[in-house]
Amino acid sequence: MNWIFEPWPWYISGPMIAFIMLLLLLVGKRFGMSSNLRTICTMCGAGKKADFFKFDWKSQRWGLVVIIGAAIGGYIGANFLSNDIAVAINPTTIENLNALGFESAGKAYLPTELFDNSVFSDFKGLLLLIIGGLFVGFGARYAGGCTSGHAISGLSNLQLPSLIAVIGFFAGGLLMIHVLFPLIF
Amino acid sequence: MRTLIYLLIGILFGITMFKSEAASWFRIYEMFQFQSFHMYGIIGSALGLGIIITQAIKRFNIKSIYGEKIEFQPKDKAFKRYMFGGILFGLGWALAGACPGPMYTLIGVGYLPVLVVLIAAIFGTFLYGLLKDKLPH
Repeated sequence: MNWIFEPWPWYISGPMIAFIMLLLLLVGKRFGMSSNLRTICTMCGAGKKADFFKFDWKSQRWGLVVIIGAAIGGYIGANFLSNDIAVAINPTTIENLNALGFESAGKAYLPTELFDNSVFSDFKGLLLLIIGGLFVGFGARYAGGCTSGHAISGLSNLQLPSLIAVIGFFAGGLLMIHVLFPLIF
Repeated sequence: MRTLIYLLIGILFGITMFKSEAASWFRIYEMFQFQSFHMYGIIGSALGLGIIITQAIKRFNIKSIYGEKIEFQPKDKAFKRYMFGGILFGLGWALAGACPGPMYTLIGVGYLPVLVVLIAAIFGTFLYGLLKDKLPH
């Protein structure tokens, strides 16, 4: 059972994701995480500002329970199921990131340059997190889904809209990493 | 009882996101640099099995555990919203290194700055709701 404490290889992780999708389908729900952002907006009263948020959020309570579980799962994974959480990325990737100023590459789970608590007093880092989050939230709803809803659920159902969205995800990601990162960092 | 089931599925999802390192900013960066098969293997194998599961449910008319029909709601036929929305999402995904599922996982691990990403994502969703009718779909 020692493999549990090591990072999970793709051939365990991928099938686990498909299994989670199956479980959600079998309980009559679907695998899609970004809808919860809309539910949270509605819970906070966004229905007064736009019709898009006028729906009975209680019907989506199951999704909120799933994301609370996802947070608990993160806590369990990091504290009870891991020896060392540093992510062993490709040495070439580490070199690339070092050149951009990410010294924590290969030594941490997330770059300390963006996700250490010291970022709260770092204007640029904080701004980047806010911009990243805004784009994720806006883009996911505009596209009608995120990685789970389109790349897994939608493509599994062989839906053309999901293929277009996933091509968009990759186009945006490649643009950010290859064109914008050298300008930002 | 149903709530407990959703919670357990969520916990399994959170553990998987953390242990697979799909929640790691570094893995997302590495994927977009095409320097590892890891993320492609995860998405590819999840998708391959996902196609089999979805097609099997449809073909054999498999019911949910509550005996209800399992519905797959087709997305609207459109192009612009998926392409433009997709590109915007991809820009944010690569910058923040987190999609809307792993965000909660990372907050659970204790990365407080991810809360900033989450709040911004909620606000981004709110902005979309405000601007929806003015955007090309």
